[in-house]
Amino acid sequence: MLDGFALLALLVATLRAATPLLLAGFGELVAERAGVLNLGVEGMMLVGAATGFIATAATGNPLLGLLAAALAGAAMALLFGLLTLTLRANQVACGLALTIFGIGLSALIGLPWQGTPITGLATVLWPGLDAASPLVQQFMLLDPVLWLALAAPLLVSAFLYRSRPGLVLRAVGESHDVAHALGYSVLRVRYAAVLFGGAMSGLGGAYLSLVYTPMWTENMVAGRGWIALALVVFSAWKPGWLALGALLFGFVTIAQFHAGALGLDISPHLLTMLPYLATVLVLVLISRDATRLKLNAPAALGKPFTATG
Amino acid sequence: MRLRLEARPEPSRAMLWLSPLLAALLAAAGGGVVFALLGYDPWAALGMLFLAPLSSLDGLTELGLKATPLLLCALGIAIGVRANVWNIGAEGQLTMGAIAGGGVALAFGGAGHWWVLPLMLLAGVAGGAAWGALPALLRTRFNAHEILTTLMLNYVAIQILGWLVHGPWIDPEGFNFPQTRMFEADALLPVLVEGSRLHAGFLLALLAVPLGWLLLARTVTGFRLRTVGQAPAAARYAGFSASGAVWFSLVLSGALAGLAGVSEAAGPVGQLQPSMSPGYGFAAIIVAFLGRLNPVGILFASLLMALLYLGGEQLQVSMQLPLAATGTIQGMLLFFLLATDVFIDQRLVLAEARHA
Amino acid sequence: MTLHRRSLLAAPALLGAAALTHGAAAADPFKVGFVYVSPIGDAGWTFQHELGRRAVEAALGDAVKTSYVENVPEGADAERVIRRLAQDGNQLIFATSFGYMNQTERVAKAFPKVKFEHATGYKRAVNLATYSGRYYEPRYLTGIIAGRLSKSGVIGYVAAFPIPEVIQGINAVMLGARSVNPNATIKVVFTSSWYDPGRERAAADTLVAQGADYLTQHTDSTAVVQAAEEKGVWCSGYDSDMLKYAPKTHTTAVEMHWDDYYIDRVKQAIAGTWTSGDVWGGMASGMVRLSRFNPNLPAPLLGEVAAKTEEIKSGKLVVFSGPIKDQSGAVKVPAGKALTDPEILSMNWFAEGVQGKV
Repeated sequence: MLDGFALLALLVATLRAATPLLLAGFGELVAERAGVLNLGVEGMMLVGAATGFIATAATGNPLLGLLAAALAGAAMALLFGLLTLTLRANQVACGLALTIFGIGLSALIGLPWQGTPITGLATVLWPGLDAASPLVQQFMLLDPVLWLALAAPLLVSAFLYRSRPGLVLRAVGESHDVAHALGYSVLRVRYAAVLFGGAMSGLGGAYLSLVYTPMWTENMVAGRGWIALALVVFSAWKPGWLALGALLFGFVTIAQFHAGALGLDISPHLLTMLPYLATVLVLVLISRDATRLKLNAPAALGKPFTATG
Repeated sequence: MRLRLEARPEPSRAMLWLSPLLAALLAAAGGGVVFALLGYDPWAALGMLFLAPLSSLDGLTELGLKATPLLLCALGIAIGVRANVWNIGAEGQLTMGAIAGGGVALAFGGAGHWWVLPLMLLAGVAGGAAWGALPALLRTRFNAHEILTTLMLNYVAIQILGWLVHGPWIDPEGFNFPQTRMFEADALLPVLVEGSRLHAGFLLALLAVPLGWLLLARTVTGFRLRTVGQAPAAARYAGFSASGAVWFSLVLSGALAGLAGVSEAAGPVGQLQPSMSPGYGFAAIIVAFLGRLNPVGILFASLLMALLYLGGEQLQVSMQLPLAATGTIQGMLLFFLLATDVFIDQRLVLAEARHA
Repeated sequence: MTLHRRSLLAAPALLGAAALTHGAAAADPFKVGFVYVSPIGDAGWTFQHELGRRAVEAALGDAVKTSYVENVPEGADAERVIRRLAQDGNQLIFATSFGYMNQTERVAKAFPKVKFEHATGYKRAVNLATYSGRYYEPRYLTGIIAGRLSKSGVIGYVAAFPIPEVIQGINAVMLGARSVNPNATIKVVFTSSWYDPGRERAAADTLVAQGADYLTQHTDSTAVVQAAEEKGVWCSGYDSDMLKYAPKTHTTAVEMHWDDYYIDRVKQAIAGTWTSGDVWGGMASGMVRLSRFNPNLPAPLLGEVAAKTEEIKSGKLVVFSGPIKDQSGAVKVPAGKALTDPEILSMNWFAEGVQGKV
């Protein structure tokens, strides 16, 4: 069994593993709530991770790195927006193209920076981290980006359900024609949502290259962008469930290393499979009833908008 | 003065042919800029990327080999998209096909039975079809959207494969390395060109092209699929079942992806490994679009995609150009194509010319 | 003849200049190809092979033309890359990852005139040789360092796959640690991947949380030593010197040096004296060694390690010599006996004190 300290360490590790998923997931949730399905999360995260790392290594300032990552993610999202919103190209195809492009571009710009050592954010914030007691270390590892990710469910639900722009955004996602008829600019709202999604993905990627494993290496996001997409579905587009899903997924990725101590004698592959099966199950449960599905999935998700008259 | 897009009265025939050409030219130009920025001769690099793999018989056979899984997966995906059914799960269906076919090879291979290979292919097709039937069931019975369920089931299939090759199916003489034993000769697809790796799976994929075309263009089923996809209301009125279209397209595309999977296992790989595909199932979605959802177009698109992979490797071997540069160019090509495609159905007009 | 004169006269090429010299090659240089499993980067398994390739270029100059393909996945694509290199006129090809074994074997059959070298594998042919290092020898020394420095006596080991090459290293560290601290134990976590910084990091964090205060790894990224630096626990790296990623806590690394081997083999191939076989180089050959030590290490420990290094090189200290017990406490190697090479190469059991399952 785990002792108290190991349990705390498991919790902290879970939060750290969940942070990139929370950041990218909430970005995508907002975009999808506005009716845009962007399958390019993985690509945006990678470009964010590479750009954030380069900016940090070049300036020595991880805050600038985070900023650069958010901007780079947003720039990738802008490209996606130009294609799907302005040119009305297919969102699924463009999202996949964005991921392929992001994998290549991040590898290309990151090439000269492979193997450059940088100081991880935790050590920058707490220079005495390595000398602190193991217990204190656990608290020092809870960095501001992690707190931001944990606050995201509250902030995003406050925005979506308690603010006027949030209401407009949901209206655009439910029925762009009605929103348009009411005088809202569907394109402007969608661009804003897509750019926000890109910036959050960029931050999520930078969390990996600046905090979790302070290094740049090709393809280091390793599928987390796809997991973030899956979590948005798992959550049925609800912030609270998205947070829960991300934490659950973070827990499973960490718990497999604790399996021995937890007395779990189960294949890591079967363990890793669980979150995906759970997502399918949740999807079935929320979709069973056609009227309830309409309450959950943004009705205009993935549909291009053409202003008529 | 503002430019805006306006729907064309009917799709432009000229743009239909011009857009891939335009995209390729734009991507080549963009690629040339990337090569030049990296300090390489852009003309030599572009020639190497697009022409070198085509200049030898070996290059051509490798092209066919690489295109085979892309072609099979993309055909199925395209048939689905015609019926407005989105299969993002070809990667998982391919994996299940490899598992099912590989299971047969491990169980019965080596005894020289003539029926081992046919049974493997059947099992692969069935495995992929079953993995496609699952989201069809979830869609028709529970209304769960197939984009999302097929995406999830990819990961489930890959983990099942990981579990098998790390556990029950691990090669007992393989020093614990996570892979199965090599398939015996009777469980491998015959090679088409002596000394190459191009195998009979390529012929099956080629055969699927006219069949797919006939299905879509010349059969009642194809007509129904297209009607369900383009005019759901009319399809209902005509009594065409939307559920039927979902089942048909997901099972068919699953079967084709499964065939791709077993062809990889019984072809170039020759065993089961933790990953049977470097993302063919996802790349095939792009291929389907590049080929304009048309089986003949998809044949060319899959060859182009395969060419980009091979050309990228060639650049690395001959000019030590980083693989990442090719990846960037692949991404650019897709973007340019998707962007220029827009002008098939739409055209740019000046905003002033428009009636409010 | 010209080839030999050229190689004597050639000034050592600038490191890394290989990429820029294409087009200006001399008449018929001997072409050598390398296949890498990961990006070259700046440290790690692939980086060490790249250093070897650069050493070949530097030593033989215009007499050779080397090329490499990086980031080649262990699967169907690897075979095409190896074939491509063979078809492009490379006469000697180094395939530098275990997972290329079956592919290299097939290509070797198809190209009988081309010579192949496969790292860490066990399938050989007339034109397919294998080579590897006795990583377990320097591993034993890091075990001594770990046994001396660890206060809790718990060593955390992040490992990729439970294959013999990895198990040898784990057991060697265990034997080294127990030679100085009979209560030392090792906790092992497998990541199922040679290179996955995220999983390596999670595994390292887990091990520290479970009481490990010395980390080591048989994976290729720098994530483990970075985790150790952040948490202030000692560590030793693998493949390359990783001191710059953990300047305070990186004691030393088990390092591979393929330079001499690659230069020798290329020279032999040019001269026509190359023959297939299996080379398994230990510390005496210089193929494996310890990288520079952390300046913070206590002098007595450095002296102890230096003495043991000499004993290993001279053959006085044989790592897998009895008595060795396995996890269940049963005697695996009786006193006075040592494991043979075939027994070491098929090792599939953990020594006493290792916690974890093969």
